[in-house]
Amino acid sequence: MEKEEFPLKKVCIICSKGSLETVYPALVLANGALLEGIEVKLFFTFFGLDAIHKKFYKKIHTPVVGNPALRLPGNIPFPTLLGILPGMEDLTTAMMKSTMNKLDIPTVPEFIEYINAGGGEIYACKLAMDMFGVKREDLIDEVKDVLTVGEFYAKCGGQGTQIIFI
Amino acid sequence: MATKVIAGKTVNVNEEGYLLDPNEWTIDIAHEIAKEEGISLTQKHIDVINFIRDKVLKGETLSMRSISKSGVVTVKELYELFPGTPLKLACKIAGVQKPASCV
Repeated sequence: MEKEEFPLKKVCIICSKGSLETVYPALVLANGALLEGIEVKLFFTFFGLDAIHKKFYKKIHTPVVGNPALRLPGNIPFPTLLGILPGMEDLTTAMMKSTMNKLDIPTVPEFIEYINAGGGEIYACKLAMDMFGVKREDLIDEVKDVLTVGEFYAKCGGQGTQIIFI
Repeated sequence: MATKVIAGKTVNVNEEGYLLDPNEWTIDIAHEIAKEEGISLTQKHIDVINFIRDKVLKGETLSMRSISKSGVVTVKELYELFPGTPLKLACKIAGVQKPASCV
Protein backbone atom coordinates (compact mmCIF):
# COMPACT_ATOMS: atom_id res chain seq x y z
CA MET A 1 0.00 0.00 0.00
CA GLU A 2 1.29 3.42 -0.90
CA LYS A 3 1.91 5.72 2.04
CA GLU A 4 -0.29 8.77 1.96
CA GLU A 5 1.45 12.08 2.56
CA PHE A 6 -0.18 14.94 4.42
CA PRO A 7 2.05 17.95 3.94
CA LEU A 8 2.05 20.76 6.47
CA LYS A 9 -0.06 23.64 5.27
CA LYS A 10 -0.24 25.99 8.21
CA VAL A 11 1.67 26.58 11.45
CA CYS A 12 0.32 28.54 14.40
CA ILE A 13 3.25 29.53 16.58
CA ILE A 14 2.80 30.77 20.14
CA CYS A 15 5.73 32.69 21.63
CA SER A 16 5.31 32.87 25.39
CA LYS A 17 8.61 34.27 26.67
CA GLY A 18 10.64 37.38 26.05
CA SER A 19 14.15 35.94 26.10
CA LEU A 20 16.30 35.69 23.00
CA GLU A 21 16.24 31.89 23.02
CA THR A 22 12.46 31.84 22.88
CA VAL A 23 11.81 34.72 20.53
CA TYR A 24 14.35 33.58 17.95
CA PRO A 25 13.07 30.01 17.53
CA ALA A 26 9.57 31.42 17.06
CA LEU A 27 10.77 33.85 14.40
CA VAL A 28 13.03 31.32 12.66
CA LEU A 29 10.19 28.78 12.50
CA ALA A 30 7.76 31.40 11.20
CA ASN A 31 10.09 32.78 8.54
CA GLY A 32 11.22 29.28 7.54
CA ALA A 33 7.62 28.17 7.12
CA LEU A 34 6.78 31.11 4.87
CA LEU A 35 9.80 30.35 2.69
CA GLU A 36 8.37 26.83 2.21
CA GLY A 37 5.00 28.21 1.23
CA ILE A 38 3.43 27.29 4.58
CA GLU A 39 0.86 29.69 6.04
CA VAL A 40 1.87 31.30 9.35
CA LYS A 41 0.01 32.75 12.35
CA LEU A 42 2.20 34.06 15.16
CA PHE A 43 0.71 34.70 18.58
CA PHE A 44 2.70 36.58 21.22
CA THR A 45 1.63 36.13 24.82
CA PHE A 46 2.93 36.85 28.32
CA PHE A 47 6.54 38.04 28.27
CA GLY A 48 6.65 37.14 24.59
CA LEU A 49 4.85 40.45 24.04
CA ASP A 50 8.26 42.12 24.30
CA ALA A 51 9.08 40.79 20.84
CA ILE A 52 6.36 42.99 19.31
CA HIS A 53 6.59 45.91 21.77
CA LYS A 54 7.90 49.11 20.16
CA LYS A 55 10.05 49.88 23.19
CA PHE A 56 11.55 46.42 23.71
CA TYR A 57 11.61 44.50 20.44
CA LYS A 58 15.06 45.77 19.54
CA LYS A 59 16.35 44.84 22.99
CA ILE A 60 15.63 41.13 23.34
CA HIS A 61 18.22 39.64 25.72
CA THR A 62 19.52 36.24 26.65
CA PRO A 63 19.27 35.44 30.37
CA VAL A 64 22.53 34.78 32.21
CA VAL A 65 21.02 33.58 35.48
CA GLY A 66 19.41 30.15 35.76
CA ASN A 67 20.59 29.06 32.33
CA PRO A 68 22.64 25.87 32.73
CA ALA A 69 23.34 25.59 29.00
CA LEU A 70 25.09 28.95 28.91
CA ARG A 71 28.86 28.58 28.66
CA LEU A 72 31.79 30.93 28.30
CA PRO A 73 34.04 30.62 25.23
CA GLY A 74 35.99 27.37 25.52
CA ASN A 75 32.95 25.60 26.98
CA ILE A 76 33.64 26.82 30.50
CA PRO A 77 30.45 26.73 32.59
CA PHE A 78 28.97 30.16 33.24
CA PRO A 79 28.50 30.54 37.00
CA THR A 80 25.11 31.89 38.02
CA LEU A 81 26.81 34.23 40.50
CA LEU A 82 28.72 35.82 37.63
CA GLY A 83 25.41 36.45 35.92
CA ILE A 84 24.21 38.77 38.67
CA LEU A 85 27.01 41.25 37.95
CA PRO A 86 25.80 44.46 36.31
CA GLY A 87 26.29 44.49 32.55
CA MET A 88 26.79 40.73 32.30
CA GLU A 89 23.51 40.19 30.45
CA ASP A 90 24.30 43.03 28.04
CA LEU A 91 27.74 41.61 27.37
CA THR A 92 26.49 38.08 26.78
CA THR A 93 23.71 39.33 24.54
CA ALA A 94 26.13 41.51 22.57
CA MET A 95 28.43 38.53 22.02
CA MET A 96 25.58 36.36 20.88
CA LYS A 97 24.21 39.05 18.56
CA SER A 98 27.61 39.58 17.01
CA THR A 99 27.89 35.86 16.24
CA MET A 100 24.39 35.86 14.78
CA ASN A 101 25.21 38.87 12.64
CA LYS A 102 28.21 37.05 11.20
CA LEU A 103 25.99 34.07 10.36
CA ASP A 104 23.58 36.42 8.57
CA ILE A 105 20.81 35.70 11.07
CA PRO A 106 18.32 38.58 10.90
CA THR A 107 17.65 40.86 13.89
CA VAL A 108 14.20 40.78 15.51
CA PRO A 109 12.97 43.84 13.54
CA GLU A 110 14.33 42.32 10.29
CA PHE A 111 12.57 39.02 11.00
CA ILE A 112 9.31 40.85 11.70
CA GLU A 113 9.70 42.69 8.38
CA TYR A 114 10.32 39.43 6.46
CA ILE A 115 7.41 37.64 8.13
CA ASN A 116 5.08 40.53 7.40
CA ALA A 117 6.30 40.75 3.79
CA GLY A 118 5.73 37.02 3.35
CA GLY A 119 2.12 37.29 4.48
CA GLY A 120 2.63 35.83 7.96
CA GLU A 121 0.08 37.17 10.43
CA ILE A 122 1.20 38.54 13.80
CA TYR A 123 -1.18 38.67 16.77
CA ALA A 124 -0.98 39.83 20.37
CA CYS A 125 -2.65 38.20 23.37
CA LYS A 126 -5.37 40.33 24.92
CA LEU A 127 -5.08 38.84 28.39
CA ALA A 128 -1.33 39.36 28.58
CA MET A 129 -1.75 42.94 27.40
CA ASP A 130 -4.32 43.60 30.12
CA MET A 131 -2.02 42.03 32.72
CA PHE A 132 1.00 44.08 31.76
CA GLY A 133 -0.89 47.26 30.96
CA VAL A 134 0.22 47.15 27.32
CA LYS A 135 -1.87 49.15 24.85
CA ARG A 136 -2.37 48.55 21.14
CA GLU A 137 -0.35 51.66 20.32
CA ASP A 138 2.59 50.28 22.32
CA LEU A 139 2.88 47.43 19.83
CA ILE A 140 4.61 47.58 16.46
CA ASP A 141 2.47 48.36 13.41
CA GLU A 142 2.94 44.87 11.94
CA VAL A 143 0.64 43.42 14.65
CA LYS A 144 -2.54 42.55 12.80
CA ASP A 145 -4.86 42.25 15.77
CA VAL A 146 -5.26 41.71 19.49
CA LEU A 147 -6.95 38.37 20.14
CA THR A 148 -8.46 36.31 22.94
CA VAL A 149 -7.40 32.69 23.12
CA GLY A 150 -10.69 31.64 21.52
CA GLU A 151 -10.22 34.02 18.63
CA PHE A 152 -6.71 32.69 18.09
CA TYR A 153 -7.89 29.07 18.07
CA ALA A 154 -10.52 30.04 15.51
CA LYS A 155 -7.64 30.94 13.20
CA CYS A 156 -5.88 27.60 13.80
CA GLY A 157 -8.39 25.39 12.00
CA GLY A 158 -7.94 23.37 8.85
CA GLN A 159 -6.30 20.16 7.70
CA GLY A 160 -2.50 20.12 7.82
CA THR A 161 -2.31 22.68 10.64
CA GLN A 162 0.01 22.45 13.62
CA ILE A 163 0.21 24.55 16.77
CA ILE A 164 3.71 25.10 18.13
CA PHE A 165 4.11 26.48 21.64
CA ILE A 166 7.43 28.01 22.57
CA MET B 1 21.65 11.71 -11.36
CA ALA B 2 19.26 12.52 -14.16
CA THR B 3 19.51 14.60 -17.25
CA LYS B 4 16.83 16.75 -18.74
CA VAL B 5 16.54 18.68 -21.97
CA ILE B 6 15.71 22.29 -21.13
CA ALA B 7 15.54 24.90 -23.89
CA GLY B 8 17.23 22.49 -26.28
CA LYS B 9 20.17 21.81 -23.98
CA THR B 10 20.84 18.61 -22.04
CA VAL B 11 21.62 19.43 -18.42
CA ASN B 12 22.12 17.46 -15.21
CA VAL B 13 19.34 17.92 -12.68
CA ASN B 14 18.39 16.48 -9.30
CA GLU B 15 15.03 14.83 -8.62
CA GLU B 16 13.44 18.21 -7.85
CA GLY B 17 14.61 19.74 -11.11
CA TYR B 18 17.44 21.89 -9.74
CA LEU B 19 20.47 22.14 -11.98
CA LEU B 20 23.43 20.28 -10.51
CA ASP B 21 26.03 22.38 -12.32
CA PRO B 22 25.35 26.13 -12.35
CA ASN B 23 27.73 26.50 -15.29
CA GLU B 24 25.29 24.58 -17.52
CA TRP B 25 22.77 27.37 -16.99
CA THR B 26 21.73 29.75 -19.75
CA ILE B 27 19.17 32.53 -19.76
CA ASP B 28 17.01 30.41 -22.09
CA ILE B 29 17.01 27.66 -19.45
CA ALA B 30 15.93 30.23 -16.87
CA HIS B 31 13.02 31.30 -19.06
CA GLU B 32 11.93 27.71 -19.61
CA ILE B 33 12.10 26.66 -15.94
CA ALA B 34 10.23 29.85 -15.03
CA LYS B 35 7.56 29.05 -17.60
CA GLU B 36 7.13 25.55 -16.11
CA GLU B 37 6.62 27.25 -12.74
CA GLY B 38 4.09 29.67 -14.20
CA ILE B 39 6.35 32.71 -14.13
CA SER B 40 7.11 35.00 -17.04
CA LEU B 41 10.53 36.51 -16.33
CA THR B 42 10.83 40.30 -16.19
CA GLN B 43 14.02 42.35 -15.85
CA LYS B 44 13.40 42.46 -12.09
CA HIS B 45 13.36 38.64 -11.93
CA ILE B 46 16.58 38.55 -13.92
CA ASP B 47 18.24 41.08 -11.58
CA VAL B 48 17.43 38.80 -8.63
CA ILE B 49 18.66 35.71 -10.50
CA ASN B 50 21.92 37.43 -11.42
CA PHE B 51 22.45 38.46 -7.80
CA ILE B 52 21.85 34.89 -6.60
CA ARG B 53 24.16 33.39 -9.23
CA ASP B 54 26.88 35.88 -8.46
CA LYS B 55 26.66 35.12 -4.75
CA VAL B 56 26.52 31.34 -5.12
CA LEU B 57 29.25 31.11 -7.75
CA LYS B 58 31.50 33.08 -5.40
CA GLY B 59 30.88 30.36 -2.84
CA GLU B 60 28.95 32.58 -0.43
CA THR B 61 25.94 31.40 1.54
CA LEU B 62 22.65 32.71 0.29
CA SER B 63 20.17 34.00 2.86
CA MET B 64 17.06 36.15 2.94
CA ARG B 65 19.11 38.77 4.71
CA SER B 66 21.76 38.96 2.01
CA ILE B 67 19.05 39.39 -0.63
CA SER B 68 17.15 41.98 1.37
CA LYS B 69 20.35 43.95 2.01
CA SER B 70 21.47 43.73 -1.62
CA GLY B 71 19.32 46.64 -2.74
CA VAL B 72 18.22 44.51 -5.70
CA VAL B 73 14.83 43.61 -4.29
CA THR B 74 12.83 43.96 -1.06
CA VAL B 75 11.55 40.88 0.75
CA LYS B 76 8.00 41.82 -0.21
CA GLU B 77 8.97 42.07 -3.87
CA LEU B 78 10.78 38.74 -3.67
CA TYR B 79 7.56 37.07 -2.48
CA GLU B 80 5.66 38.78 -5.29
CA LEU B 81 8.18 37.87 -8.00
CA PHE B 82 8.55 34.24 -6.94
CA PRO B 83 5.27 33.32 -5.24
CA GLY B 84 4.91 30.41 -2.82
CA THR B 85 8.48 29.41 -2.08
CA PRO B 86 10.44 32.51 -3.13
CA LEU B 87 14.01 31.54 -2.27
CA LYS B 88 13.73 27.98 -3.61
CA LEU B 89 11.99 29.07 -6.78
CA ALA B 90 14.48 31.84 -7.48
CA CYS B 91 17.37 29.40 -6.97
CA LYS B 92 15.80 26.84 -9.26
CA ILE B 93 15.39 29.38 -12.05
CA ALA B 94 18.89 30.71 -11.36
CA GLY B 95 20.29 27.23 -11.95
CA VAL B 96 21.79 26.82 -8.48
CA GLN B 97 21.06 24.42 -5.62
CA LYS B 98 18.37 25.39 -3.15
CA PRO B 99 19.83 27.21 -0.15
CA ALA B 100 20.95 25.03 2.75
CA SER B 101 20.12 27.63 5.37
CA CYS B 102 17.38 28.01 7.99
CA VAL B 103 17.29 31.76 7.60
